[in-house]
Amino acid sequence: MSTEGFSRWFDRKGWVGLVIGLPYVWLVVLFLLPFLIVLAMSVATNTPTAPPFSFGGEHPWINLGAYERIATDGLYVRAFLTSIFNAFVSAMLCLLIGYPMALGLTRVSKSWRNILLMLVILPFWTSFLLRVYAWMGLMGKNSWFNGLLTDAWNFLVPIDWAVKSIPMMNSNFAVVLVMVYTYLPFMILPLYASLERLDPNLDEAAMDLGSRPAQVFRDVTLPQSLPGIIAGGMLVFIPAAGELVIPTLVGNASQPMIGRLISDEFSQARDWPMAAAIAVALLVLMVVPTMIYSHYQAKAEGSK
Amino acid sequence: MEEPFLRIEGVSKSFGVFQAVKDVSLTVGKGEIFALLGGSGCGKTTLLRMLAGFEEPTAGKIFLDGRDMSGVPPWERPVHMMFQSYAIFPHMTVEANVGYGLKHEKAMSKADRAARVAEMLDLVQLTPFAKRKPHQISGGQRQRVALARALARQPKLLLLDEPLAALDKKLREHTQFELMSIQERTGVTFIVVTHDQEEAMTLADRIAVMDKGEVKQIGSPTEIYEFPNSRFVAGFIGSVNSFEATVIGRERPHLRLSVPGLGGEVLARDVPAAVEGQKVTLAVRPEKILLGKERSASANSFQGHVKDLAYFGKDSLYRVALPDALVQAHAVNARRGDEGARVADWNDDVWLSFEPASAIVLVG
Repeated sequence: MSTEGFSRWFDRKGWVGLVIGLPYVWLVVLFLLPFLIVLAMSVATNTPTAPPFSFGGEHPWINLGAYERIATDGLYVRAFLTSIFNAFVSAMLCLLIGYPMALGLTRVSKSWRNILLMLVILPFWTSFLLRVYAWMGLMGKNSWFNGLLTDAWNFLVPIDWAVKSIPMMNSNFAVVLVMVYTYLPFMILPLYASLERLDPNLDEAAMDLGSRPAQVFRDVTLPQSLPGIIAGGMLVFIPAAGELVIPTLVGNASQPMIGRLISDEFSQARDWPMAAAIAVALLVLMVVPTMIYSHYQAKAEGSK
Repeated sequence: MEEPFLRIEGVSKSFGVFQAVKDVSLTVGKGEIFALLGGSGCGKTTLLRMLAGFEEPTAGKIFLDGRDMSGVPPWERPVHMMFQSYAIFPHMTVEANVGYGLKHEKAMSKADRAARVAEMLDLVQLTPFAKRKPHQISGGQRQRVALARALARQPKLLLLDEPLAALDKKLREHTQFELMSIQERTGVTFIVVTHDQEEAMTLADRIAVMDKGEVKQIGSPTEIYEFPNSRFVAGFIGSVNSFEATVIGRERPHLRLSVPGLGGEVLARDVPAAVEGQKVTLAVRPEKILLGKERSASANSFQGHVKDLAYFGKDSLYRVALPDALVQAHAVNARRGDEGARVADWNDDVWLSFEPASAIVLVG
């Protein structure tokens, strides 16, 4: 009787609870708990123990020294600024390149659309590292790609400005170039999703009321694709700001990005509280604008 | 002859091998409500899109107010369209939607534009909703926003694509009369595309019935209904009884036909195109057939028995079996009462009769 009662209760409420509960369990176990550990670590004191931090005893329970260093040491401030700058420029370039591509995807025939979408996703099928190495080869001083750009540069500028090769590797330029290349699909796909939903009749209505195609784009297409622009922008900006591999492989070592610092503090310096503090600071820097955005998004949705 | 306001001259449109519109020529007068009526795929929407400038004719020309419209892009045409989906900008308020086209009126001051928007909102009774977003108003209100937006710039021609299709029946009737009164007040020429014959009949001054890209007949609702020129038009507008017939001879002003389906001969209104011995179609509208227990004095009388009847309240539809045909007849239930008030009942023997003037002979 009681087992039957339970199964009846489960059929009524249990499945719903399970379906709703599982993602929360996932988030708590795999995101919230690790984050709390990192947060706790960031206020610990660095000690020559294993693991290399401790609380209490001769050490204060809460040590904000790591945060103090982040705020005052120019190295960290510069790294944050470099990260944000590179990520911002990458997101903007992705938008400039990705928008026409996404718009184009919505304007071609169904069969072409599937082929082109496939091509957008295709790079994911080869190893990310391999693709970065390919770019390293292309940007190197002796590559045909660099040679081509050098020739073009030398042809266009006065003879005094001529160069043997363009110094592309180990610069912020290289970091941004490879990040734009890597993250472009993350911009194109949400943009495509938001542009594809637009009613083509709206464009025609605007045209019918006297707007030229450029005005139609400004008045109708662009404002309606704003959610896609913001989603794509975040999908590029957030991982780009914390990027480790690309700046390590093609970036300028004397101008590190924040991901590089976290990695260095953890492994080489063995200063886990410092690494944790940088990670928390980065998270706060990324999460706050996201939350503001989703707050307004929810407000806009709520009024529907 | 004076140049008509809108002249469509031999317009055709092909998409690849498919010919959507075939050699259409028609004229529309200023201030007229003109309906393009036809089933889906008949080319009516393509024709409308050519008037708006979204499609260029493959052949032929369109003249509006004497001006050749070839190559004129949609944004330069004094033609505005009310889309079937309304196509209201979802990110703009009702007010901004209505005022959108006015941005291009360079000569207008800001105050003039605001006044024009207010006037338009007043015309469609949406003034209290000016600041709302499209998702905050009802479907009927959205339709009126679309209408106000299309009228705001005072177009020479307003194109309406299935203007009432998305509304429910009650609202449709109300909107129909509202559209007519707005047309009267503004004096703008309306071209309405519709697949709904009732809508076309009530709204339009004249109707062009289209089928497979061709215009089959142009005329007033009465002409189209009472004097269809082909089997297609007769069948498309309203319901009709049609019979195969052979022309026996002329008895001015009538035509004598042999109609095997009815088991006899019929006198019908003469059509010049018919010749003796020709196979034609005889068409009679159900409401033109008189149903009675006794034989009437009419020239065309036939006996049958009631096979089926459907009671609609104000009238009843009878299906009467004749020797070789099933004839539909509408009879008004003029008397009030229970079953006894009906003209006839199931399996009753009845007489059907119709006037020669009501018998349509279709040669095409």
